[in-house]
Amino acid sequence: MAEYWNINEDFKSRFEVFLKEKPTPAVTLESPVTKHDFTNAGNGSAELKRLLKKLGIDPVVLRKVAVASYEAEINLAAHSEGGVMKSNVHADLVHIVFEDIGPGIEDIQKALEPGFSTAIEYVREMGFGAGLGLPNIKKNSDVMHLDSEKGRNTILEIITYFK
Amino acid sequence: MKLKDILELLEAELLTPDTDVEVDLSCAFGSDLISDILMCTKESTLLLTGLTNPQVIRLSDMIDLLGVVFVRGKRPSQDLIDMAIERKLPLITTKMTMYKSAGILYNKGLRSCQI
Repeated sequence: MAEYWNINEDFKSRFEVFLKEKPTPAVTLESPVTKHDFTNAGNGSAELKRLLKKLGIDPVVLRKVAVASYEAEINLAAHSEGGVMKSNVHADLVHIVFEDIGPGIEDIQKALEPGFSTAIEYVREMGFGAGLGLPNIKKNSDVMHLDSEKGRNTILEIITYFK
Repeated sequence: MKLKDILELLEAELLTPDTDVEVDLSCAFGSDLISDILMCTKESTLLLTGLTNPQVIRLSDMIDLLGVVFVRGKRPSQDLIDMAIERKLPLITTKMTMYKSAGILYNKGLRSCQI
């Protein structure tokens, strides 16, 4: 199993409590992501952002959440066979889980290198495929967990704290 | 810098009618790469780009763009323009290149957005 964790030190103790207590989310949103559907990729992130905006979340935090989740949705549309984005909104954080149906990431470390991309020409022509998706997700989240292997599915979880 | 000044400096055309051209835009960013543009999370920015696909609107939904300048004579579809109007997002198009447009605006004091 290939796994990658990135945890912002400032939130480490709060994240440990979250893992231990497994709180029930106040709201859950679910949005499908279809392979190569770049018209609808981003719908889930837009819906989540609208909800968080209504809850009065700080605009900078809002943009961070939106960018991380949008990059992840685009990754699913560009690289996977399709999947689901599930957002769990808690009082102090948002926990987003992206689960696809394959084909898995061959080399997680390489995929995390800024500039590394396996995007096909069609995807690049639209302005994607700069190799900055996962680095952008890492930069804009407080906890990032990527679990994948070639030949199975990929699960990406991100958490962003509101304060 | 006011939107009307940008329109004049770039000899540009306003694509979204009924836009308030007196609105003040504080900073700008230029790129054709979506992940590059998504680095602008710290403040809302004007975007200079050659991208005209609907993902530009999606980008704006994510990072709250102040407006979009399509460079080198690029024109988005009417669908994209309608989506911008719905969101009150100003769109303009200029025949100037990205480099020239950015150079002119920067020289006239429009600063680069924080990333």
